[in-house]
Amino acid sequence: MLYELTAYELNKKLQKKEFSSKELTDAVNSRIESVEKNVDAYVTFIEGKPDNNDNVAGIFRNIPVAVKDNICTKGIKTTCSSKILENYVPIYDATVVKKLKEARVAFTGKTNLDEFAMGSSTENSAFKITKNPWDTKRVPGGSSGGSAAAVAAGECIAALGSDTGGSIRQPASFCGVVGMKPTYGLVSRYGLVAFASSLDQIGPITKDVTDCAHLLKAIAGHDAFDSTSLNTEIPDYPKALTSNVKGLKIGVIKELVAEGIESGIEHVFSEAAKKLESKGAQIVEVSMPHIEYALPAYYLIAPSEASSNLARFDGVRYGFRAQAEDLLEMYKKTRSVGFGEEVKRRIMLGTYALSTGYFEAYYGQAQKIRTLIIEDFKKAFEKADVLVSPTTPSTAFEIGEKTDDPLQMYLSDIATIPANLAGIPAISVPCGLSEGLPVGFQIMGKHLDEMTVLKTAYALEQTIEFKEKPKLN
Amino acid sequence: MAVKDYEAVIGLEIHVELLTESKMFCGSAVTFGEEPNTHTCPICLGLPGTLPVTNKKAIEYITMIGLALNCKINPISQFHRKNYFYPDMPKDYQISQYDIPVASNGFLDVELDGGERRVRILRAHIEEDTGKLLHESKSGRLHEAKYSLVDFNRAGTPLAETVTEPDIRSAEQAVAFVSQLRSIVQHLGVSDGNMEEGSLRVDANISLRPVGSNEFGVKAEVKNMNSFRSLKKALNFEIERQEELLRNGGEVHQETRHWDEKLGRTTTLRRKEEVQDYRYFPDPDLVPFNLTEDYVEEIRSKLPELPKDRKKRFIEEYGLPAHDARVLTQSKAVGDYFDEAVKLYKKDPKNVSNWIIGEFSYHLKNANLEIDESAITPKHLVNLLNLIDKKTISGKIAKEVFDEMFNTGKLPDIIVEEKQLVQIVDESEIEKIVDAVLEENAQAVEDLKSGKEKALGFLVGQVMRFSKGKANPEIVNRLIKKKI
Ligand SMILES: [Zn+2]
Repeated sequence: MLYELTAYELNKKLQKKEFSSKELTDAVNSRIESVEKNVDAYVTFIEGKPDNNDNVAGIFRNIPVAVKDNICTKGIKTTCSSKILENYVPIYDATVVKKLKEARVAFTGKTNLDEFAMGSSTENSAFKITKNPWDTKRVPGGSSGGSAAAVAAGECIAALGSDTGGSIRQPASFCGVVGMKPTYGLVSRYGLVAFASSLDQIGPITKDVTDCAHLLKAIAGHDAFDSTSLNTEIPDYPKALTSNVKGLKIGVIKELVAEGIESGIEHVFSEAAKKLESKGAQIVEVSMPHIEYALPAYYLIAPSEASSNLARFDGVRYGFRAQAEDLLEMYKKTRSVGFGEEVKRRIMLGTYALSTGYFEAYYGQAQKIRTLIIEDFKKAFEKADVLVSPTTPSTAFEIGEKTDDPLQMYLSDIATIPANLAGIPAISVPCGLSEGLPVGFQIMGKHLDEMTVLKTAYALEQTIEFKEKPKLN
Repeated sequence: MAVKDYEAVIGLEIHVELLTESKMFCGSAVTFGEEPNTHTCPICLGLPGTLPVTNKKAIEYITMIGLALNCKINPISQFHRKNYFYPDMPKDYQISQYDIPVASNGFLDVELDGGERRVRILRAHIEEDTGKLLHESKSGRLHEAKYSLVDFNRAGTPLAETVTEPDIRSAEQAVAFVSQLRSIVQHLGVSDGNMEEGSLRVDANISLRPVGSNEFGVKAEVKNMNSFRSLKKALNFEIERQEELLRNGGEVHQETRHWDEKLGRTTTLRRKEEVQDYRYFPDPDLVPFNLTEDYVEEIRSKLPELPKDRKKRFIEEYGLPAHDARVLTQSKAVGDYFDEAVKLYKKDPKNVSNWIIGEFSYHLKNANLEIDESAITPKHLVNLLNLIDKKTISGKIAKEVFDEMFNTGKLPDIIVEEKQLVQIVDESEIEKIVDAVLEENAQAVEDLKSGKEKALGFLVGQVMRFSKGKANPEIVNRLIKKKI
């Protein structure tokens, strides 16, 4: 089936004219037609025409690609899965969307997410709950659950997600696909509806590491419209795709394989690490003493920034507006009705943390922890070329299982948050199944060292040969 | 109990719109008075997903202002977000500066009639302006409006905010400070400093304390003063209001007050309890920026002539009295005008100054015009001065010509010719008129002979009347005296 192939494979076959672009689009569309009702990955579908220009660089020409619905698309609704932006149509394209248009991808649609990317299960969408294609009673993870589920279900070939504390890697892990958060500043944030500006980063969600490298190459690069965008030469990421890891030092973060990890995950993870060792890599144990503070620091910094970033959704200029007698009441009603519970919880948390008298104790302390974690990483990278851990402490949980307990929900990002706080690249690669559900292997690299991360991921993929597919009807 | 004497303690916050080509964080043009919402883009509209990119020119301008105010330029500076909800602010936060402004710890020596007063500058920082609201109601105030319209053309315009220490003691000093600051930003070329159009806005913190006390009283903040005149009126009103309160045993509330120009008084806008917590935090979209010593020194070396240098030059080069030099450098346009005119009339700069400060200023004030908006160019003025010097017209006629030229923009040469205002200096012609006047006013002649000096003035006046003001008064005087 065409929808089961990777972008790299499809591109080869398209070039050989084994089938037409239209046949590919039709194949993905009919797959969507048959499984979307069970998965609910999309918020909006996009109809496109195949591109006939043969002189386009890259492998993504006419490849069906989905975009997370917090990334602005000109003329196409961008809802952030929120009632407050239910009918919002941007007047400009995000820089990554512009780049994908230049690569002539065939956009399939905008994918579901936890409202404003706040969540780890995609249950916080105002519109629908996306299901995990491996078991539709379970969540796909989040917040990029729609993108990860769409890739896993064959409802697109590749997708874009955004990752603030694990929102690409955690759903990729739950759905058995590859998801990468690049170095902060490598991919432009212009047009990504901000959740936590100092942590947000757009990245690829793909079927394999090869597609990931190619998609990253397509979206990376300096953008004059993003002041935090790095002005750096972009390496040819597909060149990293060699399985030679001889002599590579792989650091297992002690604190992330300790308590709280499901035994099935621990087992699959250590088997995978052993396979890398058998290919000539050297496994070392490293310690990150401050990592236990990453989660609380994250849950102060991210909501603080969010409380300010989401202020603009006030009913004055666009989006949902509640009817009211005066301005203050309009603000209050609009935001009370327009935002979901989790978003409101985080806005309250952040507003509190930034308030006079609390700022130093909360936001200030959290920033100090952030600095300590960056230091931890620096020291760890003196001992190892990459750092690894299970992407998540558990496999995909059941829908509704954690919705009443925000703290339990927050814990599913414990291994992914540190990379966001430090701004370093990190990838999740499927490394096996635990009780029939995918397990993700997280690889973190030094600042801007995507090449080593991709090389390690590719080597892992080659040795593991994870071929299982979700059995979706 | 003895009646206490109070003194006012005033600190100012002055916002100046900077004349950069594009806005503070986007490429939209900085404009004034254009069709609403025609100079906006996704960024200054604060649309979801947009990000700010700092305008380097605005950083250069605020650095120039900091240097002109004798401030320390901080080597690393940062933007903070000031969070509050208001419909004229697209993001519901304003990108501003907080604990590390571009410039801090400066001073400005304010020149007053009785000498100088040093006003310390706490800080000068850069931020973005808001949009403008138009409330559809009689009062133009939000709470009475049926609906309100918003224009985002101004949103994102770079604003320089200067905050003084509470070193000002009277409304007059406040006006002098603002006037001098305005002249500085004009000389720097970074703003037009127009209060009426809102490109220079002043908020004042005022408190009173017994003379001799070093403690501060409770202060009120006064907003909405849109001209130098209203600044002076508002501050004087507020000082009197507080003084009356204190004298009658009342107390001043810490609050924000609104100057109502029509009513001529300040009214409560917000009480202290309603003071907002702005929840400042570093803007994560903008990284801290470096202002290196080299950068600052380069800007310092390129600073244009400032009002105080210009004043010094006017005194040293043109021999002007200090008062004249100060008045002529209170606005860049006036200073430019004077320089231009003196270039064409090197022989007597003081004469040029007299005309600008006297007749010209009087006309400008009545017509509510700035000097560079007037039809009278330096060439016009010098033309007039030359006509007087050559005795083509008398000083009295000159004022008439000035009037005409102010209204029509015609050159004095042309006005004098058209209206046949050339002074009569031909003695025989004047003598004829004198003879006729003396013959007709025998009584006055007798009076003068008997020592009544008043009669001389009457007779000269009669001659001037007959000559339609054109007879040279000196000759008239001399001839009358000779004949009696
Ligand atoms: Zn703009």
